[in-house]
Amino acid sequence: MQSETKSRVDQLTSPAGHPVTVLRFEGDIASTSKDAVLGTYQALPKETAKLILLDFTKVDYINSSGIALVIQMLIEAANSAQKVYAFGLSAHFVKVFTMVGITKYAGLFPSQSEALAAL
Amino acid sequence: MIATKPTTVEVRLPSRMGYEKVAMSTAAAVAKLMGFREDRVEDLKTAVAEACINAIEHGNRLNEKLSVGVVLSAGVDSLEVKVIDDGKGMKTQPAKPDIDRKMHGEEDPRGMGMFLIQALVDEAEWVVGANGKSSYVRLVIRLDKDA
Repeated sequence: MQSETKSRVDQLTSPAGHPVTVLRFEGDIASTSKDAVLGTYQALPKETAKLILLDFTKVDYINSSGIALVIQMLIEAANSAQKVYAFGLSAHFVKVFTMVGITKYAGLFPSQSEALAAL
Repeated sequence: MIATKPTTVEVRLPSRMGYEKVAMSTAAAVAKLMGFREDRVEDLKTAVAEACINAIEHGNRLNEKLSVGVVLSAGVDSLEVKVIDDGKGMKTQPAKPDIDRKMHGEEDPRGMGMFLIQALVDEAEWVVGANGKSSYVRLVIRLDKDA
């Protein structure tokens, strides 16, 4: 019933010249998304992927289990000296991420271009 | 839709993860008919989805022989949603998640559903059913066209 979560990794360079690893998600982010969210993140090389940008543009539904997966990713990233940012969340999920405190550990941006400009 | 007396819509869900989206869509449709603003519809969708997830996972323990009842009662200026399961109910009120404790491994990263429910609607109460069955969460979201 839950739509499968798809994920894709892109390598970009910010205008400031920093390499940025973009994790693009599509579908629902729920309890069934562990491989797509954590698995994709854990497959990144921790030595070189220091700036990580999460793309939620094509995500329609995120529930509390999905938010917990994002928090687990933030915990692992913090332990690996990686910085995580996100863009493409709807106004509602920006509010939800703010309510649960994620914005303290992951900067949110409206768009990819605005995120890259800040990195 | 102009409601002069409560209009009731009922949905019965299987205790299977993912089916909360059926209740979510139904609640959104009723709220839109009542004239709720889009941002409040989104709040309601998340609250209803989380209530159903709790009912499926914790109330009915994913037992597909049990179903989750969702009763939406549209009044003149508010929408009440009851999500009913066969569990023993929640005896404690939701705590606000502490992101710092979660980040430091002192608190489970999960467990935010009840907090989100309470934060996103105008009223939320957890009612323990008689004889330890038919417990429910009751949510109320008020229509405030001027806000």
